[in-house]
Amino acid sequence: MNATFKDSIAEPSRRAFIKGGVAGGFLLAFHVPVFGGINEPNQPADDTNGKFAPNAFIRIDKAGKTTLVMPQVEMGQGVYTSVAMILAEELDADYSQVTLEHAPPNDKAYGNPTFGIQVTGNSNSIRAFWKPLRTAGASARAMLIQAAAKQWKVDPSGCAASDGKVTHGASNRTLSYAALADAASKETPPKDPPLKDPKQFKLIGKPQKRFDTPSKVDGSAVYGIDAMLPGMKFATIMASPVFGGKVSKVDDTAAKQIPGMQLVIALDDMVAVIGDHFWAAKSGLDALKITWDHGPNATVSNDAIWKHLRDESAKDGVIAKSVGDVKKAFESGEKFHAVYELPFLAHATMEPMNCTVQLKPDGGCEIWLGTQVISRVQQTVAKLLGVSDDKVIVHNHLIGGGFGRRLEPDMALKAVRVAQRLNGEPVKVVWSREEDMRQDVYRPVYRDEISATVSDGKIAGWRYKISGSSVIARWLPPAFQKGIDIDSIDCAVDQPYDFPNLEVQYMRVEPPAVPTGFWRGVGPNNNVFAIECFIDEVAKKLNKDPIAFRKSMLDKGPRFKAVLDLVAQKSAWGQPLGKRVGRGVCLQPAFGSFIATVIEAEVDEQGEVLLRKVNCAVDAGIVVNPDTVVAQLQGGIIFGLTAALYGEVTIDGGRVQQSNFHNYRMLRIDQIPSIDVHIVHSGEAPGGIGETGATAGPPALRNAIFAATGIPLRRLPIDLDVLAGRKQPWV
Amino acid sequence: MSQRQLKINGEDKTVDVPDNMPLLWVLRDVLGMTGTKYGCGIAQCGACTVHLDGRAIRSCQMPVSAVGSRAITTIEGIGKTPTGARIQKAWLDEEVVQCGYCQSGQIMSASALLATTPKPDDADINAAMAGNICRCGTYVRIRAAIKRAAEGEQPT
Ligand code: FES
Ligand code: FES
Repeated sequence: MNATFKDSIAEPSRRAFIKGGVAGGFLLAFHVPVFGGINEPNQPADDTNGKFAPNAFIRIDKAGKTTLVMPQVEMGQGVYTSVAMILAEELDADYSQVTLEHAPPNDKAYGNPTFGIQVTGNSNSIRAFWKPLRTAGASARAMLIQAAAKQWKVDPSGCAASDGKVTHGASNRTLSYAALADAASKETPPKDPPLKDPKQFKLIGKPQKRFDTPSKVDGSAVYGIDAMLPGMKFATIMASPVFGGKVSKVDDTAAKQIPGMQLVIALDDMVAVIGDHFWAAKSGLDALKITWDHGPNATVSNDAIWKHLRDESAKDGVIAKSVGDVKKAFESGEKFHAVYELPFLAHATMEPMNCTVQLKPDGGCEIWLGTQVISRVQQTVAKLLGVSDDKVIVHNHLIGGGFGRRLEPDMALKAVRVAQRLNGEPVKVVWSREEDMRQDVYRPVYRDEISATVSDGKIAGWRYKISGSSVIARWLPPAFQKGIDIDSIDCAVDQPYDFPNLEVQYMRVEPPAVPTGFWRGVGPNNNVFAIECFIDEVAKKLNKDPIAFRKSMLDKGPRFKAVLDLVAQKSAWGQPLGKRVGRGVCLQPAFGSFIATVIEAEVDEQGEVLLRKVNCAVDAGIVVNPDTVVAQLQGGIIFGLTAALYGEVTIDGGRVQQSNFHNYRMLRIDQIPSIDVHIVHSGEAPGGIGETGATAGPPALRNAIFAATGIPLRRLPIDLDVLAGRKQPWV
Repeated sequence: MSQRQLKINGEDKTVDVPDNMPLLWVLRDVLGMTGTKYGCGIAQCGACTVHLDGRAIRSCQMPVSAVGSRAITTIEGIGKTPTGARIQKAWLDEEVVQCGYCQSGQIMSASALLATTPKPDDADINAAMAGNICRCGTYVRIRAAIKRAAEGEQPT
């Protein structure tokens, strides 16, 4: 029996490998570039042998195959396509023929210029890599042109490149990049290669089909969770549900009866079950009787967490920014004050956490997963194993949702610890959805206090205090300086309005027990929410139109005014609406993009919120792939609205109470309104987009509800009982 | 454990697995057909959607013993059906996909809808698709792609 079973595993596994190679043929059928080389485990990730490899990003072999190495990972944000477009634009490659490859772990070659390490996050791929990628492409093009000119014995200035060829117009001669690859390798890269004038762009700014899409509609795309190795075992884990707890005793009597269950592994803080397949492992885990030593966090509750945050936030914070004389400003004018609070949130990426590991006889290992931080995974695993970094080979994959969750290496470390208890067999560790939700790093709880004084109808003094966990202090300690978390104050210190006197304070408050992490939209989510809610409350008290009030304080922000005007026009701002229907606006400077969003929503007598229409105007400077900007805003807004309506992780007895999509809800298609995105082409430097929608949704919806009902909600998620009048609003 | 025959995408497969093992894990972990995805395991997300005799079902809730002789179609085989091919093409034309993890399930639900309801209205789409979560929020384009596929010609 067992032998038959093993055979049936090994055979399809081999087929699964081949599948990666076959996928290319399908792609060609759709006339988009080949997207190969992503998941073949034995392929050297950065093979420059015999190729023209002028820099870390470009490889051209003698057959003309042009490979572009992707320093940033594809999580659905379309970055592969945008990066390829930028490289191919300046390289003048034949875009229809390029092949993409994930970058291997190498901070020096592929480090994100903003962080110095390999990170895909902070919506900064295009901002950070815009110049380096263009330069890489232009430099390679110059070398190819030089090589051709030498061969023809002509002046390089008389040669031009396009579509993977160099042409000398005067003599009507042409050489392909393939033919030039060898000679170009011997050229010295120019120091400051001239970049194209944006007016000459052939690819950038024109909508391009995405590279990664075809394989995602026929099931051939390979995510980390799809890794298959011959002889692989399947595992699932359960870490102490109380944060910081330990395993005390495991009774596996019942688990042993589960067919296909192979082994129970009790580690210090978690239990793993190995099986013939995930189902056997999961059934085995469910059948275990685990006694936990809950440790010191067993009594931590939601109430205690909020009390702690409120008490701490009453203390003086660190001044992050100070303009004018705030104290003097508050001596006159009409005073306003409000406090806003935001809950813990889970990432709930659609692909649950997972990692496949094979330990090697040399003490190192090979790893298959999808990560936003490939070099950090390599380094932390090497440290755990006590080997040098190069002994850890990491195969990165397409990512079934990042949202900041895959900026952590924990899933790799846990999988390696499980593998250490096996005899060298490869093991795929897949977390159940429940485990994924309960062992997340959570978007921190925040408390934001704002005071303002108004003179002559404008805000003359502004005080803003942010209290919450510093993810930066844990994740990138050198960036946490003088008690200030640069992410937590993002969009607070650089808020859009002309406040003559302003003070921003930051107060780091770490919640007891609960680990915190980056969550799509990071600091701006919190700050834009508080600021934009507050502006609406002031506008209402002053009896001013929310958009007109904002514009009156934007004399120094023409790009902000432009997006507000556009969104006002597109959303029919000011046109009458029915009873309990309202429009709400949000203006934001986040991630280097200028965005104004208007949501139209209805609140019924039961407090149910009906989303009716979303309009969004965006000035993200030079846009590489316009369709990606639209898609990211549409999706990001839904991501943000999901959080506004439902998102809250609560803690009881030191553990997360939510477990799956039935009690951590998601918006579904039947609730989704039209979402129209309008791009302003300002020609300025590119801005970030991936997280902006998550920031835009909640304040715009909250302000729409404020307009519809007059209720100024100051906490998220939106409380239907308050909207139905069954409960007093929180203040 | 018992040997059983499954008909998947027109091919016969023999597997030897526990009776109560959900079809999802038979497909993914035993047969290596990883296009069908795990998202929740409790019929909340639709990532695991496949067809049994053309009807969309959640394979995470379908014990393999309950499949019987019904024909299983997965994302790997849906392109061979006329509606499946039309849906896939519409998905590319509308550039629906983001991370893509939910999209196997979305496409399976959408093609089952179109097979029974060639011209679905918004209510039909809501009813057929509300069981499929997309964390990336591609819903606007999913709706557009279904309508496009319903309008579209049969691919040649
Ligand atoms: S995995 Fe089956 S519905 Fe979610
Ligand atoms: S495309 Fe990412 S979950 Fe749907």
